[in-house]
Amino acid sequence: MKSFIPREVETLWTLFTAPTVWALHFLVCYATVAVFCAKGLASEVSFDTVRIALGVVTVLALAMIVLSAWLAWRQWGFGAADPPHDEATRNARTLFQGFATLLLSGLSFVAVLYMAIPMIFIAECQS
Amino acid sequence: MTMELGNFSPEERAAQEERLRKVWETPKGIRYWTSVNNSEIGLWYGVTAFAFMLFAGLLGLLMRLQLAVPENDFISAELFNQAFTLHGTVMMFLFAVPIFEAVAIFLLPSMLGARELPFPRLSAFGFWSFLIGGVFVCGSIFFNAAPNAGWFMYPPLATDDEYAGIGADIWLLGLSFIEVASIAAAVEIIVGIMKCRAPGMRINLMPMFAWYLLIVAGMILFAFPPLIAGDILFEMERMFDWPFFDATRGGDPLLWQHLFWIFGHPEVYIIFLPAIALMAMIVPTFSQRPIVGYSWIVLAAVGTGFLSFGLWVHHMFTTGLPQISLAFFSAASEAVAIPTGVQIFVFIATMLAGRVIFSVPMLFGAGGLIIFVIGGLTGVMVALVPFDWQAHDTYFIVAHLHYVLIGGMLFPVVAGIYYYFPFVTGKKLSDAWGRTAFWLMFVGFNVTFFPMHFSGLRGMPRRVFTYPEDIGWDWFNLISSIGAFVFAAGVATFVIDIFRPKQQPAWRDLNPWNSGTLEWTNDPAESWGMRSVPIITSRYPLWDQPNLQADIEAGRFYLPDAKSGKRETLVTSVLDAKPIQCLRVGGVSYVTIIAAIALGGVFIALTFKLWITTIVFAIITFIAIIHWLWNGTAPIPEVPEIDVGLGETLPIYVSGPASVGWWAMFITMVGDGTAFASLIFGYFFYWTIHDDFTTIANGPGVLWPVAALVLYVIAWVLTLLARELNEKGPRGARLALTAALAVSIAASFAGLAGPYLHEMDPTSHVYPAIVWIVAIWTVTHGIVGAIMQGYCLARSITGRMTAEYDQDIRNVALYWHFMAFTAVVTFAVLGLFPLVST
Repeated sequence: MKSFIPREVETLWTLFTAPTVWALHFLVCYATVAVFCAKGLASEVSFDTVRIALGVVTVLALAMIVLSAWLAWRQWGFGAADPPHDEATRNARTLFQGFATLLLSGLSFVAVLYMAIPMIFIAECQS
Repeated sequence: MTMELGNFSPEERAAQEERLRKVWETPKGIRYWTSVNNSEIGLWYGVTAFAFMLFAGLLGLLMRLQLAVPENDFISAELFNQAFTLHGTVMMFLFAVPIFEAVAIFLLPSMLGARELPFPRLSAFGFWSFLIGGVFVCGSIFFNAAPNAGWFMYPPLATDDEYAGIGADIWLLGLSFIEVASIAAAVEIIVGIMKCRAPGMRINLMPMFAWYLLIVAGMILFAFPPLIAGDILFEMERMFDWPFFDATRGGDPLLWQHLFWIFGHPEVYIIFLPAIALMAMIVPTFSQRPIVGYSWIVLAAVGTGFLSFGLWVHHMFTTGLPQISLAFFSAASEAVAIPTGVQIFVFIATMLAGRVIFSVPMLFGAGGLIIFVIGGLTGVMVALVPFDWQAHDTYFIVAHLHYVLIGGMLFPVVAGIYYYFPFVTGKKLSDAWGRTAFWLMFVGFNVTFFPMHFSGLRGMPRRVFTYPEDIGWDWFNLISSIGAFVFAAGVATFVIDIFRPKQQPAWRDLNPWNSGTLEWTNDPAESWGMRSVPIITSRYPLWDQPNLQADIEAGRFYLPDAKSGKRETLVTSVLDAKPIQCLRVGGVSYVTIIAAIALGGVFIALTFKLWITTIVFAIITFIAIIHWLWNGTAPIPEVPEIDVGLGETLPIYVSGPASVGWWAMFITMVGDGTAFASLIFGYFFYWTIHDDFTTIANGPGVLWPVAALVLYVIAWVLTLLARELNEKGPRGARLALTAALAVSIAASFAGLAGPYLHEMDPTSHVYPAIVWIVAIWTVTHGIVGAIMQGYCLARSITGRMTAEYDQDIRNVALYWHFMAFTAVVTFAVLGLFPLVST
């Protein structure tokens, strides 16, 4: 059976996965609420529905970040070697990428959680 | 690596050096100014930016004199308005951003072990654009015509002709011109860092400075274009009365605030990160050990880079947005404190783990960090919405932003100048003068700006030209003014130290601080940069690789010679820095200066609404750029491969994603796409504030937008076809290109036909105005795309583009990917969105 988990790839771009997920989550939350409030849609859809929908988006975003973190952890050799990973080898370069990606996943996870806090406490479009 | 290093006799070495010197020679006399070498451009850039800083500093002193006592009439309200607007504008746009471009252009090649960045003429063009735009903007104050509406130019104040006068146009056009220079620098820096590192310098061995600069250049691509889009809307309103920010005709001044701060907040980090990057080079040197937590710095740089884009609304907390929106931005503003803090702790840990030498650069660095931390803490305060409501637009904010910018940027830059002065000139600056300058600046700064927290909390608004006595502001202002002159005395001490005559050091010491990074192998007396391009196996090669300096100087590594008589540097792979190409870069040239002057002429003539002059300059610009590209880019080499030393031969010409030109196009188009996205954001922003947005006035209809969409897609397909056919021979490719050119022109007419035939009047309401501007944007890009198709056709006919040497068509095809995307989005939004939105 083919695994759904992506194979390890050789590229610089994976470093940016988790922060990109944060950025998309941020945009979706901001745009949804901005349109909802500016268009006065409260008569058609309740604010709670919006909160629940964005809650689902948040869980999805967190899940993607966790996946990115797991991939990074694998690239880091599941923590088999310690930083600084400053040897002049391909292996050290890969471990460095894994470790840096793992750290960024952690930061992005926290940043997404921060974004979720307002949605717990604010219940209307009051300005 | 067990590679055999080169071994040359003294005679061979002398001959090599003679050839290298000739190839990289800086022209003499008046032709000196045609130089494009990174060391000259970097130096001019830096000196110019610094001169602008001193000018803006003098404006700051003028303001402090005026505010020293209540009810003062030292300068008029109008001059005060011009002074604070120009002070902010110049400090941000003409000093903080360009100085980092200067440092990057100057240092990066040496740090990365390259002879030169990949597009030296682009750097030169950027510098000349910056100089012309900067002098134009600064000079306006001597004609009482400087911008006077504050450095963020809020409408409706700044769109009011009566109040803002020509100053607003000077601001908009002068700065748009400089933004072009910044984007040019970003392209240069990204491609340089990704592809021009010394062999073996894998991404885990890159100097910290390069990591930071890579992120910053990426941020520029997403931060500057929204401002360019905003400038276009703003100037259309001022020049032709298109009501983008006029609420009486459906516009909204808030859109400007959004676009400005989507640029403006990342801008703070665009300024801050390079300065911290300098610290990341200085701290390990003076702790005499590698940095602790290299990966953590990468986390901090990348993390800050991303999060800084989620902060812009914290400048707009008092505009009446829904509280939940404010809370999102408040949350992101708090989150960005995490990566920012990580960097500070990394520096502290490095200092604790090593033995710190408290030299002048360290003094400025440490002093700057202390100031920055205070500014960061008040930043956390104003990121909280309720506190911001109290402090907004008061001197508390003035204090906060100066703590952040001077601590996070000016002090580290001065530290960097003390640190790198021997690298530039071979001589050290004075220790005693440096310490005096530091203490005057440090004390003067705090005496100036700390009291502003209190005058702000006592309600003093920013930007007032005077104030009544006995409302509790007098003493704070007087203290601030005294401090400002102490601070200025410190800056003056530093400037005198730079320019006073210095004795030659007794012995030639290339690495006076015992630093570990590669740039310190360069001899400032030679303009070739690296004598030979070394193989790197460490983050601190000068500490860890024995005999490196001697081997480089003996020409034992790559490219020890310049037999071809051309300027050559190595291109290596992105992740592991394996050599893949010997790149030839442009040499001295007039064309960059002419192109910059002509483009400057376009912007300046536009300011004064001199339409004929504008068109003349635009034509000159066009000819200059075509001349530049035609003769300077993608020449077919005399031999396919060249000996780069160490027994290796590498291709001279590569095309597609392997080439630096392809990447430059890709990066430019990402920035261009961001500007386009900002215009589309504008369309939907207006849609959200109007219930009946697309039915308020005539729309462009469905037929013509759909026709334009289809035609542009056909032109795209034909361009791709031309690329494929070109591999088989020129005939099919020429045919496809001719067809593509014809279709592109037809598409451009179709693109404008919708709004034109439906008689949409852009001055009547914001709906027709935004439709027109989006259509014009896309059609302009279509015309540029058509010119590119014609260019490829001409290159093919003249034999400058062949099946084997096909860089031109590959880069143009890449452009057309973006073009097709732009066209599909544009015409789907303009033609089809009105159908679903009603």
